[in-house]
This record gives sequence, C-alpha cells and structure tokens, in this order.
Amino acid sequence: MKENTPPEVVRIYIMGKQYLVPDSLTIQKAFEYAGYKWIRGCGCRGGICGACGTVFRYPGSYRIEVGLACQTVVADGMIIAQIPFFPAPKASYDLDNVAATTQAIQALYPELYKCMGCNTCTKSCPMEIPVMEYISALIRGDLREAARLSFDCVMCGLCTARCPAELKQYHMAELARRLVGAKLTPRAYHLAEQTKRLRDGYYEMMLDEAMALDEAGLRKRYVEREVEPQEDADDWTPGDKTYL
Amino acid sequence: MGYTRELLELIKKVEATRPERIARAKAGQDFPPLSLDGRQERLHYHPDYKDEGRRELTIGPSKGYALCHEIADLLEARPFIDPDQIDVTHADYETDVLVLGGGGAGTSAALLANEQGARVIVATKLRHGDANTMMAEGGIQAATKVGKDSPYYHYLDVIGGGHFKNVPELVRTLVTEAPLVIEWLEGMGCLLSKTPDDESGSLRVAHGGGTCRKRMHFAADITGAEIMRTLRDEARNRAEAIEVLEFNPAVELILNEHGHCCGAVLFNLETRQTYVVRAKAVVMATGGSGRLHVQGFMTTNHYGATADGIVMAYRAGVPVCFLHAVQYHPTGAVFPEQAEGLLITEKVRGFGANVVNVDGEQFVFEREPRDVEAASIIRECLEVGKGVPTPTGKVGVWLDSPMIDTLHGPGFVEREFPGKFILFKRYGIDISKQPMLIYPTLHYQNGGLVYNSNCETTVPGLFSAGEVSGGVHGENRLMGNSLLDVTVFGRIAGREAAQYAKWKFQEGRPHLDHVRDYEKQRRRANVGEERISPILLPDYVSQQVKDKRLEVVW
Repeated sequence: MKENTPPEVVRIYIMGKQYLVPDSLTIQKAFEYAGYKWIRGCGCRGGICGACGTVFRYPGSYRIEVGLACQTVVADGMIIAQIPFFPAPKASYDLDNVAATTQAIQALYPELYKCMGCNTCTKSCPMEIPVMEYISALIRGDLREAARLSFDCVMCGLCTARCPAELKQYHMAELARRLVGAKLTPRAYHLAEQTKRLRDGYYEMMLDEAMALDEAGLRKRYVEREVEPQEDADDWTPGDKTYL
Repeated sequence: MGYTRELLELIKKVEATRPERIARAKAGQDFPPLSLDGRQERLHYHPDYKDEGRRELTIGPSKGYALCHEIADLLEARPFIDPDQIDVTHADYETDVLVLGGGGAGTSAALLANEQGARVIVATKLRHGDANTMMAEGGIQAATKVGKDSPYYHYLDVIGGGHFKNVPELVRTLVTEAPLVIEWLEGMGCLLSKTPDDESGSLRVAHGGGTCRKRMHFAADITGAEIMRTLRDEARNRAEAIEVLEFNPAVELILNEHGHCCGAVLFNLETRQTYVVRAKAVVMATGGSGRLHVQGFMTTNHYGATADGIVMAYRAGVPVCFLHAVQYHPTGAVFPEQAEGLLITEKVRGFGANVVNVDGEQFVFEREPRDVEAASIIRECLEVGKGVPTPTGKVGVWLDSPMIDTLHGPGFVEREFPGKFILFKRYGIDISKQPMLIYPTLHYQNGGLVYNSNCETTVPGLFSAGEVSGGVHGENRLMGNSLLDVTVFGRIAGREAAQYAKWKFQEGRPHLDHVRDYEKQRRRANVGEERISPILLPDYVSQQVKDKRLEVVW
C-alpha cells in the first residue's frame, strides 16, 4: 500500500480571518478544522439539502464564486463568507385550485415577468441548473420543460439572493414541478387499481394467512417465493398467482 | 483531480473482466445469491456481531438490553436541563399537536394532523427538511403492480430481510398502506418517475436488495429530496395551521399528573433560551443516530442525527427495541476523501452494477440484503485481503457503474443518477465510464422506540413515527422501506395524535418528575456523570483548536 502523503496546507480566509487548513478538505470541514461549530449553514453534509450555499472569491479575481460548502474543496487564498440561508417569501396555494398555466404561476408570483435575462441566476447555481432557461420556459408556458430543467434544484436560494429582479426562482420551480406531477402527467392506472383493491380489503385474507405463519413457515415461503428476473421487461408475470 | 495513477492502473483490472460479466448479466446468469444459512454465516463479519461493540443498559425501561456503547452512553447520561430550573406549568406556546422533528415523518404527521382539524407546531433542530429523508436516494417500495406483485410478497420480503424478527402487525401496516402513500404523493404532484409517453401513467419500478418483485418507485436518484420538498411545500401552504420552529430542538418531554405526555421543553440553539410547549398530544419524529459514528464508522446521515428522541422518550418511560442492529449501507464512497461516507444509492446495483474486488472479480451477488452485502464487502477487504487501497490509507471495493450504460444504453447513468453524476464529475470522475470506490458506511438505525401500528408508545399522548421507532424492519431494513416508513407511520401518527387531542386528552398538572426519577436511578447505578444528553449536534472541531480554547462565559 502506498505511503500516506501528508496533506498540503493552504491559507484560507473565513470572514476575513486567515486560517491554515489541509488542502483536501471541503469548505464545510475546513471551518470545523479552524474551530467553528456549525449551527446554521450545515444540513445533510451530502450536497442535497441546500443549507450550505456559500460565496467565495479566489485571490486576484473580481468574480463571486458559489458552491455548496459541503461539496466544494478549499484552495489556497480562498476568501470565504457564508450567508445563512434566508427564506424567500413563498406563495401559499391550494394545488387543486391552481391551473397548470403561466398565468396561474404569475398570479402567485407576479415578478415572473420582471426577468431581464441577465443570467445571474444560472451563474449563481451550485447545481449547474440552467435557472434562467427554466424561467424562460415558465414564461412561454412550457411547465414540463421548467420541471425537467429544475429537477435537481436543492433550493439553496443563491439564485434568488442574487437576482436583480427579485424573482423567487426556486419557489416557482417547485410550484411548476408539483403542477406537472399533479396535472400534466397521467395518473398511474395500475396504482388506482391497486388502491381500490386495498380499500375493498382484497388482500386481507392473504395477509392474515402470512401473519399466522410461524418462523419455519415464513422461512419456507420466503425461500420459495418467485423472484422477478432483473433483465426482463415490465410485462413479466409470475407462475404462481395465488397471492396476487 | 480524479483517480490517482495507482487507482487508474487498478481500474484496468475491472475493465478486463467487465465484458465477460456483462455477457453473463445479459444471459441472466447472476452471481449466486447466498442461502439463508450462508447469509447467517456471512453476517459474522458484520459489525453488529462484535461482542465488544455493545453493553447492557443499567437503567431505564429496557434495563439489561445490550446495544452499542454510543447509544448506551447517551441513555445513561445526565439530562440537558435541570428540572428544578424550568417552570413547565407556564407555557410559551400552546397547541393541539406538537411534532418533534421536521423530516419526512414529522412533516407527514403535521399534514395529517392538520387535516383532522388540529393546530400543529413542528419543532426541529435544523431547518425544516434538513433530514435523512432528504438524503434518501434510491426509492420507496410499494406493491402497486397489480398482476405481478401484492402486499403479501412485500410482507415476505420485509420479514425475510429483517431476519424474521420484525413485529408482524407493523409490517402489515407498512405494506398495506404503501400503495395508498404512493397515491397520496402522486396527488400532491410528487414527480415519481413514470414511463415516458405512456397514457396509463405507469410508474417505473426497480429491484432493491432482497426484493422478489421490482417495486422500488423512484424520482431519478433524488427520491427522498423530491418527497421531502413536496411535503414541505405542502406544509408551508398551510402555514396558518402548521407553525414550524426551526433551530429549536426538543431536549426533554413534559408529562402530566396522569403520566400522559403533554408537551416538550425546546432549546433555542442560537440564544440558548428554553421554551415550554404545551400540547394535547406529541409526535416523536426525530429520526436516527448516524452522527454517533458507531464503532468509528463514517456515516451517510445528516448533521443532526444524534438519537435525541430515543433519549427523551426513554427518560419518559418508553422502552427501546432492535437498537442492537445498526445498518451499514454497503456502498458509501471512500474516494475522493471529500466524498467519504457519502451514500451511493442501492439503485446502482439495482440496475445491474457488479461489486468487484481489487482483481476485478465478483465475490458477492450485488443485491443481497444490506447487512449481508455489507458483511461480504468487509470480509473481502479485511479477511480475504482483496480490497482496493485508497491514497488516504483506507480500503474499499469497486462498484462497477459503467456496466449500467452497456446494459441499458448510453446516457442511462447520467439520466438516472444525475445527482451522483454531477457530484463525481466535480471530482474529475465520470461514473458512466469509471467505477466508484466504496465501503460500508453507517446508514440507519434499525431499531428505536417500541410502538404499535397506531404509532402509540407506552406513554399515552406520545406517538412515534419513522427512524426513531423500532420493530417494523426487524434487525435489517430493506432499501426503499425507510421513505415508506416515514410516510406511512408519519401519516398514522399525525392522524392518531389529532384524534387523541380531540377525544382522549386529559388536562393535568405538567411536570418533569420523570427526569428527576431517572436522575436518581442514574446516580444509584453510578453511570454517565461525565456526559450530558441529548447531544443535539456532533462536535467536529479539531483537537488542536480545542486544546487552546478558553471555556469561559463572558
């Protein structure tokens, strides 16, 4: 096995103070290494909850960079500030009474049409989502496209924090996705069939029977149960239909 | 960035055996799964089976029960608050139902309690939705495919995966409510993946470890996030009836003179003020305990997973079960270092990726139940010695994700695993072309508070839902049953708590005497003087800083 090489140390600036930290750390772990204990600004530590959106600069650059603190590795000279997540106002609605249209979304978020196409939102997204493109999709009424483009959004709020027109992009995207899911996608027929059976008590006797088995009986049924092949298409049917 | 030269050399061995493995997969020739006896033997390599890893509890309702030191330490610690310093007869907040925890179970409970007409307060340690639910990737199980699957088969799978130890009535509830939960989510617009351009809206399903039918529903590889943000959005739509107190974890339950639960003491993490919440019913939905790093394992869990709910409810008299069984997810990332412990969804194996050793050889069927899969990987690395060494001195095995594009068509990995694809791309690794280096990682608390299928605990007025509870998964939870658990039992807990608040609640003098009594027991047993629980957050501050810290109040 290869010898462990000692980590290189880099200088970083947390809220302007210099700290020396190993170069292999993420921003999140570098704060902890430096002595900070997170309360805000740390959630899943796995790049999905959106609690740790962070802004930073590299030395000599005028650009504001963005990233999730739990995913971004430190670099020498990095100047870091974490602005705690602050909630943007969210429209309250009864999904049943919202049409899957641009007009309905605009009624809840009137600033939608204020988008000036500056693309700051897209540049601010740590998830590399084309934010401005999904806003454009919303404006032209293509909710499906907006849902598709925004699907990986972690709602960290960096787009909204930097938008000069003060759009609440991530809330609009959430609304669009829910409308697409609830109103623009066919409901699953097989699911409705199954829930009807459940409500009618169709499976009760089969489950009574399973619950009455002792461990040996259960083991036998478990071992003998037919396993759907991995590679087969969705239309596979088992040989034994007794418990279906 | 990307793989080191040494690792790139080793990847060539995986590439060398890949064509043959793909040919076998296409011919339907899986690596032979272990028999039940074979599984049992393999489990001796599982961390749970180490005797030195556990001890018997010396106090409380489950005295004599052996579980891991890390949880035992917290159950035997001093309380976070001094009962004599808090006046619980004066309430800062009053509500019908108090939900502790703002993850999937807590939010489901809040929604259902609200639908019963209850006013709800949700108290949560981090933000609403910063929870393990958010991080669940692979899917949610439900027997929705009429004609090839039924709750009966789901029942068998859950019980078999749990070593036949599960509480049967809880399993029955889980599997029969499952399709109803999927319907509920579909109605709220949750974007579960469906077959494209299919007018009958057919939901896509995949296998998971230990399933006999493909019944894993998913939303690409961020199923938990999609479910969590949908539930949270819906709760926020009802903000007038569901008040959420963020960064305000509960630190102790309040009982009344009848011994019923009637609220909790909250702790404002920023101002350090305590609040007393008076409620007619309380739902415990505080989740798991991965951040206790049992036996030093890395974890996939979120920052707040510190067993708080177990500690509070145990002091209030609720026994625990199945906490001796800790789930290690077989596939946590071990490279690059920044991603260590990060969950690689089981769905990668569900779609056919093999697990192979340093020589590129298969040594385990890739869809064994999680404990068996994890034990097999640990054995291959530590016992057989065919692990892959990492640059930081750790060891792992390969998860051969590039197989998936060959089996299912180019672009499949990027489309089905967008989250992981982007993440690894940042580290210079294309997982559709290069395998991932993985090792088991602490993932799930199989056990927890004893409860029944109405989510009632032994303390009237206290309901329990989600990872904090134990019994439904037996000794080992199958993939896709935790998102199901939080939604099924979250909904039941919310509904039952609201009904209890309406019909069964009895007014009575609130107190913290159970905390005083527990303290007496602890002193008598002479344990835990040096620790305080719940710990609320793990401490990752480096030792070099702690050594020079001044512990002064100023």
